Amino acid sequence: MGVRRRSGSFVLRVNPILCDGFGHCAELAPELVQTDEWGYPILRSEPVPLTDAGAYESARYAERGCPRQALHIHRISEKKPH
Amino acid sequence: MIRPNSLPRLMHAASDRPLTLALHEAAFASSTSVTSLLDELEASGLTGRGGAGFPTALKARLIREQRGHNKFMVVNAMEGEPASHKDQTLLSANPHLVLDGAEYLASMIGANNIAVCVARDNPSVVNHVGRAIHERTRRSLRGPKLELHTPPWRYVAGEESALVHWLDDNESLPQYRPNRPHILKIGHGPALVDNAETCANVGLIGRYGAQWYRSLGTAATPGSTLVSVTGAVDHPTVVEVELGTPLRSILATAGADLDPQAVLLGGYGGSWLGASHLDVAYDNESLKPVGVSTGAGVIVVLPRSACGIVETQRIVHWMANESARQCGPCAFGLPALAEDLSHIAHQSRDPKAAHVRLVERCAVIEGRGACRHPDGVIRLVRSALEVFTDDFSNHVRGSFCNGTRATRHFATVPSLEREEELVWE
Repeated sequence: MGVRRRSGSFVLRVNPILCDGFGHCAELAPELVQTDEWGYPILRSEPVPLTDAGAYESARYAERGCPRQALHIHRISEKKPH
Repeated sequence: MIRPNSLPRLMHAASDRPLTLALHEAAFASSTSVTSLLDELEASGLTGRGGAGFPTALKARLIREQRGHNKFMVVNAMEGEPASHKDQTLLSANPHLVLDGAEYLASMIGANNIAVCVARDNPSVVNHVGRAIHERTRRSLRGPKLELHTPPWRYVAGEESALVHWLDDNESLPQYRPNRPHILKIGHGPALVDNAETCANVGLIGRYGAQWYRSLGTAATPGSTLVSVTGAVDHPTVVEVELGTPLRSILATAGADLDPQAVLLGGYGGSWLGASHLDVAYDNESLKPVGVSTGAGVIVVLPRSACGIVETQRIVHWMANESARQCGPCAFGLPALAEDLSHIAHQSRDPKAAHVRLVERCAVIEGRGACRHPDGVIRLVRSALEVFTDDFSNHVRGSFCNGTRATRHFATVPSLEREEELVWE
């Protein structure tokens, strides 16, 4: 899995133009993705801390499992305290 | 020289045919010389007239700081709003003022190409602009290269990323821009997109300076603007008003119904404003507390005889058809909204459930498209839910509504085309 950073957070984002509503993401990351009545994903918009390993792992599964490659994990780094 | 406190500015010396270059230079003769255009533009406090109302100087500075030696200045005269006629009026009266502004902006950002985009469905304006560009290139070949482009007329084709996409790749489809601010590019060259009216204002600022420009309008929103008034008016008109003029006096100038039920402000992705707010000043600062904005300068006047829900339904139905069908929430969500609204408007198939669904679907669709097209429709639906609350409850209860049977409609929408007939290239 590479280096897991402890600080900072992430959000899962979707490119709505690429997305065709296959719905794999909702099965792979049910804690982050819901689907609407047409099968398109509604993503959790508030950032999830990277310390939540389970959520991060399922986000990675969703990102790699998307047949249209429409999902990406957007990392939000926190500023280091001085 | 135009006197500081007088109107018209943008429509100065306008007649029924466009001003030639020589007449234009005589009419807009400038006595002052502006040294630093960008600082002057910043001091003028000009905001974009295309709908978003973003400060023009900030946008220009952002593109100026970009690297690249093939920058583009794009003049957006697409005028996607069916109720808006301001850009075509401006370009048929003072095309050279718009081109002046485009040249000033191009020199500010260091662009060597200017693309003027006019919808091809409007041949007379295309002719006027083509002639003006020809006049300029015949006089001098120095300066940035002027080109006329004619994308197809679609509602979303005037959206800046769709327009740049068309210039880049001949497809009028909006692009996905996750991180804002996003630098739009044609090839590798950063592009600055400004509305035609914004360019005309820049042309005035470049000639007369920021102090002159600020002599009209309010401190936060200086200058004048063009407003297209349609709906319950004698004749649909475009009037030039000072920003901060009371809305009621704009309606009076345009010869509109002075006791309307509501007015639609901003455009078809704008909001309804109830009749109780008609004394508000027409500028973004005063309109913000009421929850509306000047948008693209559209005012649609709705008389008391009409039904607001039917009008909203017609607009939403057309807007749903104008979706580029790239994003699922917009392609499926907007027709669903239109269907719910038509169940409520015509009191068919359980309007109560349709009303509940409508509110839920608005929350689901919002903010999930690549462009702001679905968000605009939702803004319109939400404002209708707020302004026409009594009508909605009457319709849901099944009481008789007079306006539903009316044959005349006030928010004009173009005839619907079938999906396969829509032209995007």
